Amino acid sequence: MDISKIRHIDEISQNGPFLPSGVKEKGHMGDSGKMLESIHEAIVKSGLKDGMTISFHHHFRNGDYIVNMVLDEIARMGIKNLTVAASSLASCHAPMIEHIKNGVVTHIETSGMRGELAEQISRGLMDFPVVFRSHGGRAAAIARGELHIDVAFLGAPSCDPLGNANGYIREEEGGTMCGSLGYAKVDAQYADKVVIITDNIVPYPNTPFGIPAVQVDYIVPVENIGDPAGIMSGATRYTKNPKELLIAKSAAEVIMNSGYFYDGFAMQMGSGGASLATVRFLRERMEQENIHAHFALGGITGQIVEMHEEGLIDKILDVQSFDLQAAKSLKDNRFHAQIDGCFYAGYDDNGAAVNALDFVVLSALEIDTNFNVNVLTGSDGVIRGAIGGHPDTAAGAGLSVVVGPLTRGRIPTVVKEVNTVVTPGSIVDVFVTEQGIAVNPRRQDIIDKLTDAGIELTDIETLREKAEKIVGKPDPIKYLDRVVGVVLYRDNTVIDQVRQIDESEL
Amino acid sequence: MRLRRSMMFVPGNNPGMIKDAGIFGADCIMFDLEDSVAMTEKDTARFLVYNALMTLDYGNIEKVVRINDLSSGLGVEDLEAIVRAKPDVIRLPKTENAQDVIDCEVEIERIEREAGIPVGSTGMMAAIETAGGVLNAYEIAHASKRLIGIALGAEDYVTDLKTTRSDDGTELFFARGMILNAARSAGIDALDTVYSDVNNEEGFRREATLIKKMGFSGKSIINPRQIEPLHEIFMPREKDLIKSRAIMEAIREANERGSGVASLNGKMIDRPVVLRARYLLELAGEDPDGEQEQE
Amino acid sequence: MKIIKPATAGTMESSDVIIRIEPAEKPGLEIHLTSSVMQQFGRQIEEAIRGTLEGLGVEDARVEAVDKGALDCTIKARVSAAAFRAADRNDYDWRVKQ
Repeated sequence: MDISKIRHIDEISQNGPFLPSGVKEKGHMGDSGKMLESIHEAIVKSGLKDGMTISFHHHFRNGDYIVNMVLDEIARMGIKNLTVAASSLASCHAPMIEHIKNGVVTHIETSGMRGELAEQISRGLMDFPVVFRSHGGRAAAIARGELHIDVAFLGAPSCDPLGNANGYIREEEGGTMCGSLGYAKVDAQYADKVVIITDNIVPYPNTPFGIPAVQVDYIVPVENIGDPAGIMSGATRYTKNPKELLIAKSAAEVIMNSGYFYDGFAMQMGSGGASLATVRFLRERMEQENIHAHFALGGITGQIVEMHEEGLIDKILDVQSFDLQAAKSLKDNRFHAQIDGCFYAGYDDNGAAVNALDFVVLSALEIDTNFNVNVLTGSDGVIRGAIGGHPDTAAGAGLSVVVGPLTRGRIPTVVKEVNTVVTPGSIVDVFVTEQGIAVNPRRQDIIDKLTDAGIELTDIETLREKAEKIVGKPDPIKYLDRVVGVVLYRDNTVIDQVRQIDESEL
Repeated sequence: MRLRRSMMFVPGNNPGMIKDAGIFGADCIMFDLEDSVAMTEKDTARFLVYNALMTLDYGNIEKVVRINDLSSGLGVEDLEAIVRAKPDVIRLPKTENAQDVIDCEVEIERIEREAGIPVGSTGMMAAIETAGGVLNAYEIAHASKRLIGIALGAEDYVTDLKTTRSDDGTELFFARGMILNAARSAGIDALDTVYSDVNNEEGFRREATLIKKMGFSGKSIINPRQIEPLHEIFMPREKDLIKSRAIMEAIREANERGSGVASLNGKMIDRPVVLRARYLLELAGEDPDGEQEQE
Repeated sequence: MKIIKPATAGTMESSDVIIRIEPAEKPGLEIHLTSSVMQQFGRQIEEAIRGTLEGLGVEDARVEAVDKGALDCTIKARVSAAAFRAADRNDYDWRVKQ
């Protein structure tokens, strides 16, 4: 063997410690190629084309800037016929109306919508019906490929240069915090391309992460992702409204005597005044009788956090943080867990958290004498709400309690037939108003327990008559034949439709 | 026997509050046409309360209307409207003496006759709001069979005394005493004044406890939040309830035996004792005539 | 009863209605109603306004109503008050059966 003919390690090794120059370069991330200069660049690089589906989360609620920013740029670039699959839409998304008129957006999938956008759609703005899904239904559809997302544009209050994104900023107490990124996580996991839009680049690693870097393709730093005031309040206050307190007290009595209130129970509360106040009354009993909860799910507010910190609730499962107190707790406390939409409520997932609930307290725009609930359209037939996790939690919980005033102004809450069925009566157990409690006849077990406890019950037809006696008999809403919305139950089958309202005689 | 622990004040010019007034569990609702209504809105308030009483169902809650005082000219017009809407009680403000009560009664009776309403079916209540009125409490309380009670209106009263309201109620001591004794001497109810600091539950409870101890039947309130603490304070003690149940049981047994005389523990039970037992049981939300559970 | 000047009764609060009555430009009752529950109760609200005015003997008037979910009893009350103010009268006859 000719030793002089053996090649030097430097000449043959690509991966060796010595580079041709002989000097080892210090380890560095190099340019991941993910950080971009603008939303425009992200849209180009993502390969977005006409007819594709883009998605957004709604953790910034009515302070969101992301949807409008991205759609404005897409429109400028001349891309058309897109499906917008947002986890929900708010009244700040009214600018979408122009994009719809110009053919930029032709299809929408969402949990709900409000404001001018919703009203225009109710009046026939779009050619194709909007698809309304529950949170669990959307997550399941994305996971199973029924809802295929080409590009997800996800706003994040903090993100590192590789893409680890969070709903909070470690160093700051305020800013554009949103807490849990639960609904965004599913998009990040399954979308073809994921773009994180942030107003705060932090040093690597932004761990623990809400969205891991491996799921992220591009990162775009911008001035502002949203308006903190519109995103969340400092703390959710208990209502002082005497009617809501009366309803809450009644609802708490129902729960405490239903058999579902025992040491180690699991609960979810809605965000309305009465359902939130119900917690306050339950808390008193929990303290008196040493009853604690294994977990609280939802929809998390500062009150839940306080109860957890006082040892009344073991664990928190947070798919959406409602106030800064909750967001801060999610940041600081590892037993306040961030969960995604599938973990929360995916319907074909027997491990979904909603199935472990003992009870859930929900609100309603309307409920009918068959206990069907409408949380999507108003009594005038116009879209003004969101399905959210309503049918998911009602289906999963041992006891579903709907709370509401008998009338809202001149609008009766209890009617013969709801304008839109969102949650079917078969999974709605109790309806609590300030003028009476009605239990679904399907739940004889609850009727017996409450009657034994001395709680006076009425039936839902009596409540409907009471409401009608006060407000009068409303004229039926006139609709046209055109379908403007398709409402899916949590298993993504069609449960109802929303038709265009007929304003010809107004 | 009607409970009057809580008389909830509802301004007569507020349709939202008028329509919701019945849901909070107050024993009585007082629709006000007087001090809470601006001079320019006296007519609209009158129409609102009249129409509400004619149309809305308040269940078993006692309906009281505070009219403007008769010397203002508004009072008679209020009566013309309101008596015809058949409230349970007309509350007369700033009652100085028995004549004020009689003058009002005359109008009410006239209107009852004109409208074909059974004469005497409209009750009255006199609010005493001046030093003179307090001194005349006895004659006021005895001035009419229609009177179901007399009340103290402290705001105007302390002004008349040239002092202010205080935490411990020293300035109301005499007035409360007079009104209470005058009422009881006439066999009618005594109602205490409003506690206006809605956010001070502790202060409210202290005042309510004081007047309950004195013997008042109840208190005017201005916010539904005050109802629950008030009813709690008026809840009789358990041992008194046990005794009351035993008394009612003894009465029932005596009736079954056909005896006109009932006794408990060797002592004869006379009428005032029975009435008190009934009252306590009703305060507790129990049916005095129902089967009593043996403790 | 003759409407001789414009008058208003009611407030913008929820469960209330603002009724503004003016002398009519043409014979008959001209009613302009906006309501937060137009579809469901618009017809009934207009009937309540019309019925109340007819009951008061008002035949000619221009009425503007802004409703925030007022019940019929409130509508009647506001219309009555506004009508009497607009007629500059305060002699409502309570003896008349409603």
